[in-house]
Amino acid sequence: MTTGSFWFQFASPARFYPLAGRMIPWFGWAAAALALAGLYVGFFVAPTDWQQGESYRIIFIHVPAAWMAMFIYLVMAFWCALSLTLNTRLSAMMAQALAPTGAMFAFVSLWTGAFWGRPTWGAYWVWDARLTSTLILLFLYLGFMALRAAIDDPRRADRAAALLALVGVVNVPIIYFSVRWWNTLHQGATISMTAAPKMAETMLTAMLLMTFAAWAYTIAVALHRVRTIMLEREALADWVGEMRDSGDVVAGRKERDAASTISRATR
Amino acid sequence: MNTPQMRPTPIFRVTSALSWACRRDLRLAAQSRAELAVMLVFFLLVASLFPLAVSPDPTLLRAIASGIAWVAALLATLLGLPRLFAADWADGTLEQVLLAPAPLPALVAGKVLAHWLTTGLPLVALAPLAGLQFGLAPDAIVVLMASLALGTPILSWLGAIAAALTLGARGGASLLALLVLPLAVPVLIFGAGSVESHVAGLGADAHLSLLGAGLILSWVFGPFAGALAVRIAHE
Repeated sequence: MTTGSFWFQFASPARFYPLAGRMIPWFGWAAAALALAGLYVGFFVAPTDWQQGESYRIIFIHVPAAWMAMFIYLVMAFWCALSLTLNTRLSAMMAQALAPTGAMFAFVSLWTGAFWGRPTWGAYWVWDARLTSTLILLFLYLGFMALRAAIDDPRRADRAAALLALVGVVNVPIIYFSVRWWNTLHQGATISMTAAPKMAETMLTAMLLMTFAAWAYTIAVALHRVRTIMLEREALADWVGEMRDSGDVVAGRKERDAASTISRATR
Repeated sequence: MNTPQMRPTPIFRVTSALSWACRRDLRLAAQSRAELAVMLVFFLLVASLFPLAVSPDPTLLRAIASGIAWVAALLATLLGLPRLFAADWADGTLEQVLLAPAPLPALVAGKVLAHWLTTGLPLVALAPLAGLQFGLAPDAIVVLMASLALGTPILSWLGAIAAALTLGARGGASLLALLVLPLAVPVLIFGAGSVESHVAGLGADAHLSLLGAGLILSWVFGPFAGALAVRIAHE
């Protein structure tokens, strides 16, 4: 009961806004540090692939981006399910904040995949199952964002987009299993949970570092975006009004208190 | 405490609501037969454009026949979707349907069934004509018809949910296409794939089974998702 109410108190935008503000720098710097480390290991330490030469190094961006694109859709669908069942405003805002990042990662994975495909397969684009399903995933993200943008009432937009995301999430397992369903050009999954990894230790390290960097980046960016969405949508709420009165919307509690004392004194 | 919604719904109310909604929409469709005819002409027209654009070579056409028939069916289904809820929404009928003491999922299912009977079923009946245009063998045409018969109801459900979600939204038909087409991709793959694997001698069983599974899933979850989408449109 107490843990339940502890978590639910952060479902209120007024409580979550300052918490998110404190978390953003942590995840932002973690993303930068991990990405630097991952890129260093990936480009300078990891050995050259005997078969693909240097061009394989794009997987350090490509694979984390593809993973993130799929994973963010699942997280988005999770928030959408929460928003539909519990009717919490913040869940819908989180889904809205995640969608552009997911679409960006889907695009990056397609783009880097095209650059990797040219020297390796001899073509920028092949109609391979995983490529095609990532393209569909990108369209699902775009549809989600377009539906949100097309409905003026934000609460209705929340619920409509949430239902669409839940219908679309059926597609994510199809993406995952498409490798087994269709027999195509694409190499099998690079990392498998059941078999020993086939790649060099350093390559794996670089890839995991980049994956964690992508995670931290996603969290930082989504939190930043959700703060903006909160301010935009709750512009008329008391807690935003109080912050506005205190002079700085971004300032922390101490600064706000100080500002409001000053404004009270001068009045 | 004792609200009418809390009581379990008797099964006869489900079937009577479904058949009422279905009969009503069929009667309305019968009054606008021209629209139905236009949809069917559109299907044949799209199918006829491909030989003009690609090549009249019979072997090439036979290879892409099932894909073209399926793409044309998908586009033709898309064409009829706005009709499903838009008129009822505009004149307030949909609001009355929401207030009706009948179960909403059943009413939505009736509407979708009527939509399939007026768009999907005619496409199934017309598929042999498209198949003959492209020189498909009679047994391949049968597989094409079976895949369309199993697949078009799934398209009707996906389309109905998207059509209800876009009620009153800006963007209209192009937004509807953006929402429906990515979701319809698996149906398209298995539908067109069934004919291809039959022609290749592998048998269409696997593809048709997957389409059948999709059909069952869409009829199990579709009514509830559709009802929720209609409710959201009225918030």
